[in-house]
Amino acid sequence: MTEIALATGFLLILIGLYGALTNRNLLRMIVAFSVANTGVNLVLVGVGYLRGRAAPILDATLPAAEAPARIIDPLPQALVLTAIVIGVGTTALMLAYAYRLYLTRGTLDISRLRELKW
Amino acid sequence: MIRRATVLLLLLGLGGVFSALLFGYTPDDELNRTAAYYAGQTVRDTGAANIVTAIIVTYRGLDTLGEVTVLFLSAAIVGLVLAHGARAGGARRRPIPPGELLETGSRLLTPLILLLGVHIFVNGHLTPGGGFQGGAILASATLLLLLANPMRRFSHRLIRLLESLSGLLFVLIGLLGLLLAGGFLDNRILPLGTLGELTSAGAIPLIYSLIGLKVGAEFSSMLAALAETQEP
Repeated sequence: MTEIALATGFLLILIGLYGALTNRNLLRMIVAFSVANTGVNLVLVGVGYLRGRAAPILDATLPAAEAPARIIDPLPQALVLTAIVIGVGTTALMLAYAYRLYLTRGTLDISRLRELKW
Repeated sequence: MIRRATVLLLLLGLGGVFSALLFGYTPDDELNRTAAYYAGQTVRDTGAANIVTAIIVTYRGLDTLGEVTVLFLSAAIVGLVLAHGARAGGARRRPIPPGELLETGSRLLTPLILLLGVHIFVNGHLTPGGGFQGGAILASATLLLLLANPMRRFSHRLIRLLESLSGLLFVLIGLLGLLLAGGFLDNRILPLGTLGELTSAGAIPLIYSLIGLKVGAEFSSMLAALAETQEP
C-alpha cells in the first residue's frame, strides 16, 4: 500500500519535471510544477503511513493512552499541510508573473524571451 | 534533439535514484521517537484531540507564523504585480449580465460555504481540518461569487483589515504566551479543559480561527487581484 503511494508520488515528480523541462509555454510549465509538487506531497504522506493504524485524531474509540501504539506518524501530515499552502502561494505568484510577462511581451513562449540566455 | 536527450538522461538518472529509494524502503513497525513523543504527550501538553493541529499550532507554532508570513508576502506580491496590469483603454465590451439562476444560487450558497469554513476552523483541534483548510473554503465563497459574476469587485479595505487584524491578534496571543505561560505561542494561557470539547485545548481554537480568517482573506485578495486583470 505504502509502496503504491510512493511509486505514484515519484512518478508524478518525474512527469512534472519532464513537463517543466520540455514545454516551452509558461502556463504548461506552471501546471507541470504543480504536478511535481503534488508528487512530493504524496511521497511525504506515504512515508508517514504505518500499516493498520488510525489517523492521529483522538476520540472515544482511540484514547490517549493507546495513541502511541495505534496512530500513524502525525509529523509528515503537518509538514505536507504547510507544503500545500506554500504551493498555492508559489503557483499564484507564478501565474501573476506569467500574466505580467504576457502583457509586456505578448508571448508566453520562453524560447522567445532571450534576455537572460547565454 | 540534444536538448530532449539531455532531459531524458536527467530524468533517467533521477528515476534511478527514486527507484533505489523505493525498493530500499522498509516501512516502520512503530513510531519513531519524535512521533512517539507527539503521540504520547500531546494530550498532557496541549489538550488537543487532533495531534496534527497540536503540532502545527503549538509545537511548531513559530513555523506556522512563518508560513502565514510567506503566504502574506505572496498575496502582497500578486497584488503588486497585477495592480497596474489591466490594459488601459481598449475596446470596452459590455459584460454579459449573470442570469437569474446564477445570481440567486450564488446568493443562497455563499453564506452556507462561509458557515462550513468557519465550522472547519473552529473545530480544528477536534476533527480533521483547521485554519488553512477552513480559510481555503472561505476563499472558495469568493471564487463562487467571481465565477457567477466575473465583474464583481470586492472591498480591498475590508480584506486588508481582516487580514492585518487577525495577523496582529495571532502575534499578540503568541506574546501573551511568553508572559503568562511557558513561551511564545504557548497555548496554556487559557485552561486546557476536557479533551474533545469545543472550548478545550487552551488558545488553540482561538489561534487556528485567526489563522483561518487570515488565510481566507489572503486567498480572497489573490483571487480578487487575479479577477481585476479581466478587461471590463
